[in-house]
Amino acid sequence: MLGLSRNDFLLLLFVLVLVAAAPIFLNPFPEGSEFAQFNAGYPDLMQRFVIFGIFAIGFNILFGLTGYLSFGHAAFLGAGSYAGVWMLKLLTINVIPAIVVSTIVAGIFSVIIGYISLRRSGIYFSILTLAFAQMSFALAASVLTPITGGETGLQTALHDPRILDGASDGAGNIPAPSLFGLEMKQSWQVNVGDWLWTFNVGYYLSAFVLLIAFYIAIRIFRSPFGMMLKAVKSNNQRLSYTGISPRPYTLAAFVISGMYAGLAGGLMVAMDPLAGAERMQWTASGEVVLMTILGGVGTLVGPVLGAGLIKYFENIFSKINDNLLHQWFAFMPDGIEDFMVTIIHPFVGKGWHLTLGLMFMLVVVFLPGGLVGGLSGLYRRVFQRRSKAQ
Amino acid sequence: MSSNKKPLHTPLTRRSMLKASAATAAIGSAPIIFSSKAYAYANEPKGSDVVLGFNVPQTGAYADEGADELRAYELAVEHLNGGGDGGMMSTFSSKALKGNGILGRKVGYVTGDTQTKPDAARASAKSMIEKDGAIMITGGSSSGVAVAVQGLCQEVGVIFMAGLTHSNDTTGKDKKANGFRHFFNSYMSGAALAPILGENYGTDRRAYHLTADYNWGYTTEEAVRTSTEAMGWETVAAVKTPLTQTDFSSYVAPVQASGADVLVLNHYGANMVNSLTSAVQFGLRNAQANGKNFEIVVPLYSRLMAKGAGENVKGIFGSTNWHWSLQDEGSQAFVKSFGEKYGFPPSQAAHTCYVQTLLYADACERAGTHNPCGVAEALEGFEFDGLGNGKTLYRAEDHQCFKDVLVVKGKENPTSEFDLLEIVEVTPASKVTYDAKIFGGELGTCNAG
Repeated sequence: MLGLSRNDFLLLLFVLVLVAAAPIFLNPFPEGSEFAQFNAGYPDLMQRFVIFGIFAIGFNILFGLTGYLSFGHAAFLGAGSYAGVWMLKLLTINVIPAIVVSTIVAGIFSVIIGYISLRRSGIYFSILTLAFAQMSFALAASVLTPITGGETGLQTALHDPRILDGASDGAGNIPAPSLFGLEMKQSWQVNVGDWLWTFNVGYYLSAFVLLIAFYIAIRIFRSPFGMMLKAVKSNNQRLSYTGISPRPYTLAAFVISGMYAGLAGGLMVAMDPLAGAERMQWTASGEVVLMTILGGVGTLVGPVLGAGLIKYFENIFSKINDNLLHQWFAFMPDGIEDFMVTIIHPFVGKGWHLTLGLMFMLVVVFLPGGLVGGLSGLYRRVFQRRSKAQ
Repeated sequence: MSSNKKPLHTPLTRRSMLKASAATAAIGSAPIIFSSKAYAYANEPKGSDVVLGFNVPQTGAYADEGADELRAYELAVEHLNGGGDGGMMSTFSSKALKGNGILGRKVGYVTGDTQTKPDAARASAKSMIEKDGAIMITGGSSSGVAVAVQGLCQEVGVIFMAGLTHSNDTTGKDKKANGFRHFFNSYMSGAALAPILGENYGTDRRAYHLTADYNWGYTTEEAVRTSTEAMGWETVAAVKTPLTQTDFSSYVAPVQASGADVLVLNHYGANMVNSLTSAVQFGLRNAQANGKNFEIVVPLYSRLMAKGAGENVKGIFGSTNWHWSLQDEGSQAFVKSFGEKYGFPPSQAAHTCYVQTLLYADACERAGTHNPCGVAEALEGFEFDGLGNGKTLYRAEDHQCFKDVLVVKGKENPTSEFDLLEIVEVTPASKVTYDAKIFGGELGTCNAG
């Protein structure tokens, strides 16, 4: 179906169900219960899940298929974001032009960077992309302040021209990004018993884009082009000796993944019209590498899971403060309570990086295939044990 | 086994349809409430609690300020809920607050880390609003962050009570109808500082600026330049430094060769501590230039920074919003309750955050609602006293507070580890008041979500 094999179609269906029902299963704890802290089903975080999912899927097309490790993909995300905000400012508050233009701008940007960086491979390629990304960051943060807003970031304003919408008269409010009048921030809340589910327009738009992005990624993985990229990964030299120049293929993969990053950037500003320079910093580039490795390099669904996990940690664990810890351990005697809080304190709140780092280490050491590798290994083991028992 | 074998697929019959629809009806009868605009305004508190969002830097160059802000917020919440000694609630000229929360609702709060990055700050504020139902966001320590979060609050329709943010932009170019600032700004610093600098250092100085590379740095540099150049100073150079910079030696090294005899550090927090330390290490404080003593100026000062920089701040001029050694009733009440709880005096960041929380709660009480538009109306043009800065006006045109500005100097002979700054002059509000139109920007109209 849709030109996919049965398994791939099932995978696509799985992702479809996953993103469609996310507002429900990401809020497993009733409102007001003690565990409500761990609920992730609010629009901003769900949007981040799918947007970074798209970013990681794109990154995986380059890293997972060709083995070229780019350390500068955040530059494309940032370039896309800035292009998107400018479209919202200059053209129209409708998100479609912003998303399309940010993808194109990131594409052009990645042709330039890719063309130069891909003259080298391995660690040199990584360093080149890192250098380009840091250059872009420095430009955005300082030199190009009139275009990027520098460290203050670029925002929409009341007096923006917005040619297609007609100029504002200075009264009223800054219009919110919308899809033909349907505002991205609009949500419907559904109370079922004690549970509260939020269905947000922006989230479902991002989820729809994620499905398309995922479908295209499957098609690329299964195409002859994808096969060629895998050949680049397994033995670049042999490919050259057979008379095929790998560079057009790697450049194409680089540009495609750059456009995915731009698409993610465009979606980010469509959800929240602000672009900050730190979006391009090397830490942001490193994050997508972590996402991909955590989820499973070269697997289709892995990067999406990895993105979700990292964003969950960033947004949920970072919000646990000492006050909450004291509440949780309040049932213990005073001394032990304080002791527990002291022990856990470094791992939550601003220490969430530490927890993430530990988890990343464990995954890399014990699950070399990432989460997806681990899960499929588990599945296989259970399945084999059962067949042995029979 | 075979006797009660069921067919694999139940055929679709009238009976199974009825069963199915009965089941659907049963699920449907659970209390399901659909709502998109069922509230009067965003995050309208429904129960007996009201949630405030405290969004402060817990990491990065401004982390010290952020930690002190958080202490002040916790103290304010305690006082609002009737705990502690009530702090400045007893000295506040408005008597609407009764110590029973806000409008009878117990005040709760959530905290977040801005990381001193606009992107992260906005994400953190968003999660407070969407997930925790925060009705008001407050915090700061960076104007870049304040402007970004203020924009978000305007879009979503909650009140933003700016914490420590000193850039003109916050209530100038980027002012918003839902945003309010108690802290003073770059313009006021420049206007208050220039006469003192002229008196002490003469009117024929040549200044070299090091400026934090974001909106606060720009407006502070501009304010100091304009006001000092007006009295005859010359600006030799103005160099921008990244906010994330920790080693300033490469920026300080060229200063002495530039022909300047004053170094203006438009830096705050850890940035200032590091750049000042660098400048002292390069011997600038003992240097001579153009036949005069080389001087250093720090336009925005705080006790936390003075503490961080230690010995190096002695004799250095700057301006500040508030200082714990002030002798008025309000300041003393605040210092007392803060000191009793935490064991040391509050910083200016703590003061402004505490005051903002009280002002918000008071405005809710006076308006009789949490509705952002009602609260905004109650704050606009509000005149008050007893919160540590003397008579203060919340100007309606740009939502900026106007009050006296303190010019301070690093103390030569500190008597304790907190007694680091001495007040040189209290510049009256009238001398630092400006026309609301000079920075451009529009407030827009208030948004209730």
